[in-house]
Amino acid sequence: MKDKCCCNGVLDEAKEVVAHIGGTKDRIIPLLQEIQRRRGYLAEDLVNGVAEVTGIKPAEFFSVGTFYSQFRFTPLGKNIVKMCKGTACFVAGADPLIDAAESYLGIKSGETTPDGMFTLEIVSCLGCCSLAPVVMINGKVYGKMTRARLTQLLEEYRK
Amino acid sequence: MKTDIIVGLGSCGIASGAQEVYDFFEKNIGGSDVALKKTSCIGICFQEPIVEVVINGVKTAFGKVDTAFAEKLLAGVRSGRLPETNRIFDDEGTKSFVGPQVKIALKNCGKIDPENIDEYIATGGYEGIKKALAMTGDEVIALLKESGLKGRGGAGFLTGQKWAFLKGAKGDKKYLVCNADEGDPGAFMDRAILEGDPHSVIEGMLIGAWATGADEGYIYCRAEYPLALKRLKIAIEAAEKRNLLGDNILGSGKNFVLHVKEGAGAFVCGEETALIASIEGKRGMPHLRPPFPAESGVNSKPTNINNVETYANVPRILTSGAASFNKYSYGQSFGTKVFALAGKVKRVGLVEVPMGLTIREIVEKIGGGSSTGLPLKAVQMGGPAGGCIPESLFDTPIDYASIGATGAIMGSGGMIVMDSSSCMVDVAKYFLQFTQAESCGKCTFCRIGTKRMMEILERITQGEGTMEDLALLEELADVVGKSSLCGLGQLAPNPVKTTLRYFRDEYIAHIKDKKCPAGVCKPLITIEIEKEKCKGCTACSKVCPVQAISGSVKQPHVIDPAKCIRCKMCIEKCKFGAIRVI
Ligand SMILES: Cc1cc2nc3c(=O)[nH]c(=O)nc-3n(C[C@H](O)[C@H](O)[C@H](O)COP(=O)(O)O)c2cc1C
Ligand code: SF4
Ligand code: SF4
Ligand code: SF4
Ligand code: FES
Ligand code: FES
Repeated sequence: MKDKCCCNGVLDEAKEVVAHIGGTKDRIIPLLQEIQRRRGYLAEDLVNGVAEVTGIKPAEFFSVGTFYSQFRFTPLGKNIVKMCKGTACFVAGADPLIDAAESYLGIKSGETTPDGMFTLEIVSCLGCCSLAPVVMINGKVYGKMTRARLTQLLEEYRK
Repeated sequence: MKTDIIVGLGSCGIASGAQEVYDFFEKNIGGSDVALKKTSCIGICFQEPIVEVVINGVKTAFGKVDTAFAEKLLAGVRSGRLPETNRIFDDEGTKSFVGPQVKIALKNCGKIDPENIDEYIATGGYEGIKKALAMTGDEVIALLKESGLKGRGGAGFLTGQKWAFLKGAKGDKKYLVCNADEGDPGAFMDRAILEGDPHSVIEGMLIGAWATGADEGYIYCRAEYPLALKRLKIAIEAAEKRNLLGDNILGSGKNFVLHVKEGAGAFVCGEETALIASIEGKRGMPHLRPPFPAESGVNSKPTNINNVETYANVPRILTSGAASFNKYSYGQSFGTKVFALAGKVKRVGLVEVPMGLTIREIVEKIGGGSSTGLPLKAVQMGGPAGGCIPESLFDTPIDYASIGATGAIMGSGGMIVMDSSSCMVDVAKYFLQFTQAESCGKCTFCRIGTKRMMEILERITQGEGTMEDLALLEELADVVGKSSLCGLGQLAPNPVKTTLRYFRDEYIAHIKDKKCPAGVCKPLITIEIEKEKCKGCTACSKVCPVQAISGSVKQPHVIDPAKCIRCKMCIEKCKFGAIRVI
């Protein structure tokens, strides 16, 4: 249900986004990045709003959005768990860690728990291979990770 | 007495706790006689967090600094007697790590505050562009050719030649692009340069703009590198204020504007034509060349693309001359190459070595050899486009042609050392899974061929492979390489090809003996308790997630192979080494 006043709110926000980033076709990626920065994901209402303001078809935004792995179409969980699977972490045993995180949280990588507490992502090289295997939770890096410590950490973040 | 305390705040330092150390100093430093500064990654990762104390120009560097040691350090600074421990350059390991290295591209990394343009200038920064402005474009290009600098992004094309193409291209509008997409999933050289010395990249581009006639530039940087992006933006702003970017640069009449473009997470965007499409706001799909970017690139205008490390070398060649660079040489390779050394070696970090040093010297001298006590088996170079070089070829020198002859590639600088606990079929699967997921889908062989190859590798690691599969795998590797449009598909079979070439016996063990010699592939291993060694402490049975272990206290335990999911948790828990993989 979209009542009018809420739609106007979105349009205002869309105008703000376009004023800040620019509204030409070469700005599609930065526009999507700004939408994701604001909402945490590519919220359909705001994408449509930006499309309306710029006069670029919504389909063009979604076509570009689906190509790049940075963009997501569902809201993020409260805690973002990034499991590094760069080569150094892979060699140091990232796979068993990822298995442990998936089974502890009961979701696959790329998913968010139903209670919205955790989003699990697999990423490539966080640039601290000396600490492999590495896990990043809400921007903080935890190195030399073991399965026991990981489940303990996730337990703490759940609180 | 003038004292500086300098904390290394690169990504890896921060991950090791350098920010807490910095905050501690900030809170407790007091007074005005001691200045707190920050720098970036110095590449000695295994010693992070690193703090340098400079008293009247005399430097002492301390490693593995935590807040407790920081307190001692501060007391030492005040009393004039610095602690004798944690001095990294007293450490034999650090000495042999640093000894064989030659720093050209990484010259300033970990030495200056990357957010302060004056510190860059104090090291001779922006002297290169001044020198270039006194030369003609052709003279700059000739100097670059003479230096022998080749592209550090992977393909190794002569940089001076590329610049000559752009200079010769017709058109009033030309673009210069820096490829900072760093897609290799095991590498962080470019990030370290962007975080540690962003002005060197800007100056390199500026010199390129002067030489080629470009007046607009883009740095295309991964969005996953927030610190690099932040420091680039700070650096560009500072350079603009000093009239080192913008209009009429240093009164020369030359104009150059520089933008930062954030990538959005697609490995294929590292490919030149895909990168250009992405800059233009499109899906990053490669297209057939010709036309080459030098004829038709960004907005269909002539464009030149170089890698971060390539540009960072340029100002140094201008200021110190071609000979200062090409005096390091092996065959047709000149200068140095930066590697992100990681994996199963004692000392990991960012290293810059002269061409001609051997892989063995890097792994054993710089890296200190195996960190696990297990024998080393291979080095992976070039990431998903590269290959695995076996221990028997560790005497191969760092040189484009020599590395290429092994079937691997020099690549952008990922260097991962593996020991006998890595299964080479699993490693091949890892890289193929990566490229397969990153294929843009345009070419049938890249899209479907890699998928078929993946299925075969799955079968082999499940113990369901046949010898015919091996032949099929080789055939597919061949056609995928030959029938793909861009480098991603062309090089994707390399990890499979090199492991088949050097570790064929491992593939055969999976197929014929149904065994994974490294003990990695789950369906092919059994976890077993050695009765004689088991003390019956019950630790393993408590941790087993599927209750596969039974036995009473002080009695040998047994694992039910039908229940066991081969997670190896019990192995980690057993203090008596009684559990093994067979
Ligand atoms: C799939 C693919 C990914 C690539 N990724 C990168 C990259 O992340 N960084 C890079 O500098 N070059 C990358 N390259 C190589 C570039 O296309 C290009 O050759 C390079 O940026 C040119 O700069 P150079 O001559 O200074 O090496 C990639 C190539 C392919 C085919
Ligand atoms: S080789 Fe693969 S990644 Fe390259 S254009 Fe073809 S399908 Fe796309
Ligand atoms: S490997 Fe895992 S499942 Fe098997 S016995 Fe040990 S703990 Fe249990
Ligand atoms: S942990 Fe080791 S010693 Fe203890 S019961 Fe298990 S196998 Fe035996
Ligand atoms: S591979 Fe994980 S931090 Fe580099
Ligand atoms: S020392 Fe900084 S990245 Fe390792």
